[in-house]
Amino acid sequence: MLRTIGRRLLLLIPTLFGLTVLLFFWVRALPGGPAAALLGERATPEAIERINEAYGFNRPLPEQYITWLGRLLQGDFGNSIETRRPVLEEFANRFPATVELAVMALILAVGIGIPLGYWAARNHGRLLDHLSVTGSLIGITIPVFFLAFMLKWVFAVQLGWLPSTGRQSRGVDATHATNFYVLDGILTGELDAALNAIVHLLLPAIALATIPLAIIVRITRASVLEVVNADYVRTGRAKGVSKQVIRNRFVLRNAMLPVVTTIGLQAGLLISGAVLTETVFAFPGIGAFLADAIFARDFPVLQGFVLFIAVSYALINLLVDISYSFIDPRVRIQ
Amino acid sequence: MSAAEAIPTVPVPEGDAGQPRRSGSFWGDVLRRLRRNPAAWIGAVVVSLFVLVALLAPVLAPYPELATPGAGLRLPTYLPGPGEVPDFPLGIDRFGGDVLSKLIWGAQASLLIGVASTFFGLLGGMVLGALAGAFGGWVDTLIMRVVDILLSVPHLLLAVSIAAVLGRTPLAVMIAIGVAQVPIFARLLRSSMLQQRGSDYVLAARTLGLGTGRITMTHLLPNSVGPVIVQATLTLATAVIDAAALSFLGLGGGRPETAEWGRMLTYAQAELAIAPWLAFLPGICIMIAALGFTLLGEALREAMDPRTRKR
Repeated sequence: MLRTIGRRLLLLIPTLFGLTVLLFFWVRALPGGPAAALLGERATPEAIERINEAYGFNRPLPEQYITWLGRLLQGDFGNSIETRRPVLEEFANRFPATVELAVMALILAVGIGIPLGYWAARNHGRLLDHLSVTGSLIGITIPVFFLAFMLKWVFAVQLGWLPSTGRQSRGVDATHATNFYVLDGILTGELDAALNAIVHLLLPAIALATIPLAIIVRITRASVLEVVNADYVRTGRAKGVSKQVIRNRFVLRNAMLPVVTTIGLQAGLLISGAVLTETVFAFPGIGAFLADAIFARDFPVLQGFVLFIAVSYALINLLVDISYSFIDPRVRIQ
Repeated sequence: MSAAEAIPTVPVPEGDAGQPRRSGSFWGDVLRRLRRNPAAWIGAVVVSLFVLVALLAPVLAPYPELATPGAGLRLPTYLPGPGEVPDFPLGIDRFGGDVLSKLIWGAQASLLIGVASTFFGLLGGMVLGALAGAFGGWVDTLIMRVVDILLSVPHLLLAVSIAAVLGRTPLAVMIAIGVAQVPIFARLLRSSMLQQRGSDYVLAARTLGLGTGRITMTHLLPNSVGPVIVQATLTLATAVIDAAALSFLGLGGGRPETAEWGRMLTYAQAELAIAPWLAFLPGICIMIAALGFTLLGEALREAMDPRTRKR
């Protein structure tokens, strides 16, 4: 087990190395190079020359790359052009917000998706099945930012039930030890602050959860349909195994493998979706910050954030692969 | 999106031995099964309508693309909505543009970006996939490593980052979305070709002394494109949504009043309280277009799937 994890982590290194090469030359391929990006509107030939000199952009590219990579390995990802603060710090400040949002969205997607997919499969061909199939098709094609708009309009503007922006109301007196607001509230016993943070999470999380939810419903349904007619399920029934045991240990457990794979793949979708959802709800996570950085052509932030996101994406998928062996002992590869 | 994740199974190009079939042709069979599927019909109708509206936009749209004929009717806290002013059946936006005209012109923009980016993605993916699948060995390893690197970044994020570097132009958006699709197509074509490579007829061709290039072009490629075509149809749906997302984030370029569905949503944000239809209408358009391609793509996949084909 440990060896498998170790091998997977080692395999990650060349991929990440390749990504740094790509990200480095990507920015160097810009018309005018990184100096023009730094200067923006103020880019005169003299100013570009000065910046090139100061930052070493006129040195040979391989040399620049080695220097840049060396700094990355020491944890120096450069400073944001916009905020002038270290990229790593900006990421660390905002990452908890996005994790909270993504976890909430995943809880919704899995918590609703698996039961719904299961019921749809058990009612194969009936109304509930058709409704869930149609609903999940719409869920897949609805643009995240459009759905976010509609949720905001209905629940925040029209009904006024839920807040439409931010992570916590201004007036709430809260201590932020970990920057995970919900966790902070629970740890410090300020339950009203935790509740306030959860309420702020609801709308963005629903918007973010929709596509994963639709995909999970579809995969669960298809997977359960495949398993439900298997010989061992029939044998179990014939032996008089109770309905609960058939459902939980025969059908669900065997149907979960493709579902878990899908959940792992959703991680990427959640991060991409966060860029759009956080923008609509002015939610101060990495997504909204990245959207601003992209618009402002803040390349150190773009490079750093893409790298961090790639690492988290890879780690999540590694976790998913490890979880296989807990769900299905047959997968325990040696 | 499911379109991106779902890797269809490789269809068997010729009928299974001993299975009587009304038509010997694979594509004839696919077409017959498509005709029997209501979802395929709905998808085909929606897609045809979308293409028709896009192509006929200059005829159908009451006003030119960037026109602001309703500029005089705007008030800071009020914009005429659908049905309120006869000249503007779907209301006007903050620039004084006719919403109906902009939706029609927007169909053109979406179709153009969707088709062009999928074409770029398909082209890049096919070249890489074909090289990897045809040669195998170190070429395969090298190409697949590059594909892995691209896949290590979530695809919309990849598209957004590329567009950010290329600058704010519609062409940049097309290329960005296209490049983000390359890994999917490359992987699909490669795996499909690798399966074909081991088959008896390829061995036979090789025994007859045919070169790698010839075998690739006449045997491997034509027999491997099935799943790629299915994926391309599904990818069109994703591309339309992604194009809207990128221009929603301000990457499309052009003037603010450009008739583009994603852009219309960006500006609708400020008027959500007084003019919600400005967000609602373009959103519905994006959804319907994406739904059409998805229905068509999934019906196509079902029709080509060897597991369900033996009906």
